[in-house]
Amino acid sequence: MSRKFEYFIEKAIFLSGAASIVFVALIFIFLLKEGLSLFSEVNVFSFLFGTNWYPISDPPQFGILPLILGSLFVTFGAIVIAVPLGLGAAIYTAEVAPKSIRGILKSGIELLAAIPSIVLGFIGIIFLGPVLKNIFQLQSGLTALAGSIMLAFMAMPTIVSIIEDAIVSVPKSYKEGSLALGATHWQTIYRVILPAAASGILAAIMLGIGRVIGETMAVLMITGNAAIMPTSFLQPVRTLTATIAAEMGEAVSGSSHYYSLFAIGIILFIISFIINVLADIFMHRGKANR
Amino acid sequence: MRDSRRYERVAFGVMAAATGIIIAPVLIILFIVLWYGVPGLSLEFLTAMPRDGMRAGGIFPAIVGTLVLTIGTAIFSIPLGILAAIYLNEYAGKNWMTRLVEISIINLAGIPSIVYGLFGLGLFVTFLGFGASILAGSLTLAIMTLPVIITATREALSSVPQQFREVSFSLGASRWQTVRGVVLPNAIPGILTGTILGLSRAAGETAPILFTVAAFYLPRLPESVFDQVMALPYHIYVLSTQVPNVSMKIQYSTVLVLVGMVFIMNIIAAYIRSKFRKRKTW
Amino acid sequence: MVENKSEIRNPKSEIKDSKSEQGNKIVTSKLNVWYDGKQALKDISLNVEMNEIMGVIGPSNSGKTSFLETLNRLNELYPGSRTEGQVLLDGKDIFKEIDKHLLRKKVGIVFALPLPLPLSIFDNVAYGPRLHGIKDKKKITELVEQSLKSAAIWDEVKDRLKENAFKLSGGQQQRLCIARTLAVEPDVVLYDEPCSGLDPISTLKIEEAMRELKKIYTQVLVTNNVKQSARVSDRTAFFLMGEMIELGATTQIFTSPKDKRTDDYISGRFG
Repeated sequence: MSRKFEYFIEKAIFLSGAASIVFVALIFIFLLKEGLSLFSEVNVFSFLFGTNWYPISDPPQFGILPLILGSLFVTFGAIVIAVPLGLGAAIYTAEVAPKSIRGILKSGIELLAAIPSIVLGFIGIIFLGPVLKNIFQLQSGLTALAGSIMLAFMAMPTIVSIIEDAIVSVPKSYKEGSLALGATHWQTIYRVILPAAASGILAAIMLGIGRVIGETMAVLMITGNAAIMPTSFLQPVRTLTATIAAEMGEAVSGSSHYYSLFAIGIILFIISFIINVLADIFMHRGKANR
Repeated sequence: MRDSRRYERVAFGVMAAATGIIIAPVLIILFIVLWYGVPGLSLEFLTAMPRDGMRAGGIFPAIVGTLVLTIGTAIFSIPLGILAAIYLNEYAGKNWMTRLVEISIINLAGIPSIVYGLFGLGLFVTFLGFGASILAGSLTLAIMTLPVIITATREALSSVPQQFREVSFSLGASRWQTVRGVVLPNAIPGILTGTILGLSRAAGETAPILFTVAAFYLPRLPESVFDQVMALPYHIYVLSTQVPNVSMKIQYSTVLVLVGMVFIMNIIAAYIRSKFRKRKTW
Repeated sequence: MVENKSEIRNPKSEIKDSKSEQGNKIVTSKLNVWYDGKQALKDISLNVEMNEIMGVIGPSNSGKTSFLETLNRLNELYPGSRTEGQVLLDGKDIFKEIDKHLLRKKVGIVFALPLPLPLSIFDNVAYGPRLHGIKDKKKITELVEQSLKSAAIWDEVKDRLKENAFKLSGGQQQRLCIARTLAVEPDVVLYDEPCSGLDPISTLKIEEAMRELKKIYTQVLVTNNVKQSARVSDRTAFFLMGEMIELGATTQIFTSPKDKRTDDYISGRFG
């Protein structure tokens, strides 16, 4: 009886192992299945580079360039904020902070990771928006900048923990060698430890970008949600993800609007695929160097 | 030399400030949620149906919905995730197939949550005909949670010393007997911790359930897995952006309940982890 | 296929006839083992007689441990390992005629470091019997007691069987591991430098246990400690760089070795 059980459980183990491949394939297939229908009506070029997203006007226009730029604006802003802060925090936690504080800092970062994005979006609407509105004298504080700030915080746990891991796994001998030559701790950090951890830092930035570009609910709530060509950070924008979330509810199943949202899904899938493969390459390179 | 010491002090000061800038908002957010959320909490709020177009009454169906979805996610993702991790850590050799599985997991982890929502809509809701339902939502969330569980389980499995496996094999155990007898029992705390964390993330997700299960306003409890349910994250979205004139008190208290649920799961995970560290004998 | 099997059986009967009436438990012929393309054993041909203690001595990296782990196919746990040649256990080819799990039940091993499992003392010893399908609680309790007695540790642990095995001292842990190996009722027990981390008194106890176990088991003792082999083994084999240099009665090896390298090693000129 136990032999039979062992036979079945081992089959289940192999199948489960392969399941991840199947799921990635299924996701891609279903995005293609629905999304590619759009291109019988709209050509790829005017989809990607059209500047007008009017999916329900007559005739509809499906240019996603404003959405792509919206995503790029928000992502760029978030990364510009998150990377220096995250790098500083990771160095501080890994190298400088006393052991007793380190645990508390790590718990703080974990706490941040635990807050659902919808809650950050809510806080963004209620606090961050009005604050930005007052500072910059805007009609509304819900802008690309608000999105960037909020997303920077969401990307922070990913960025900090991966950079920290990279720093911690730099061999002790590098550090000791540098200190023995009379370098200060800070000189050792930026001349020896950071270069040695460079691959890990790049991986952290890539994964941070992936996290930001894929975030949906918070950006939907706080970027002002206007599908227009962005020109400034102090202007409302609409990202690729937010467009799907906001419009799928109204899109009639089987309409070109419906297909166009799946087509945006294909774009997001491809972007995240590229980003994750790049991040993985950086990670592996980091490990191979040691 | 004095200069470099001074640089060092400035640099460390800047980094400490950066850390502060990251940590402080977390505490401020928690404080705000507690400060404005607690007054609205009451037994009625937690156990009553919403009334007056969600502007009064409680959030009971949303709490139940989130619990049901979390349990549904657990049912589908835990066995699959643990078995997949066992495959990777205990059975798989170093070959292209393993590499392909690993790349797939990395990509599953990176796919935007809204794309999971699209996928769930395309496969479960439409193609398989489950409709917007608990079943479709749980399956979507489960696939999204899978990489978290696999990664955490794999880490827990690989932290079990290799010698335990050798001892087991040397006594004539088969691979599965070894996994069952010495590997899993010692990995369970780590698996639990990672699994609970993964589920807590699923509980707070909105995008994947938007089109697969979440109901805008449904003041009754689900009766089957083919029913729609309200869910806390989506309810927060609805209250704060879709329904005019909802009192801030209700909004904050709803946020507090979601944050509370997610944090309780995180605290349980942290507790298991710390207890295990103390008990570990090797 | 059938013919093939009978061919394999033939050497056994030949050897049995030509040797003493006790016969051979294990016979290896032209055994070669590689790890990741690096040869660890070269053409090892030897025999282990029934109920003897065979000592295997040699400097580190001489292939002693590889030899031991090949005897119950534990070397196959390393993905890069490759084996050529033949090992017969009771005349049966261990690579072709015996299921490797059954082989490992018949040929137990005690590792260099005490490696208790993170279980209670009782469950450590009961782990093996349970693997092999023994469900009867009384039978398991008997096996555990008997095995702990054979490993000369029963008196020290009989009142604390439920305690975690990691609470025992190093020497006790190692005897527990011997008991755990005995509990699956093997024919052969392999020891891989079993006393390398232990104090002299613990070592003494383990050596006494081995002498006692001779009545039932065939034992192979790999050791870095030349004197230990002199004390407990009936015959001793000297390994160097993956080759077996010399095999003979322990007294002969230690008093009049035939090969100069053996002489150099046991008199402490290298290794």
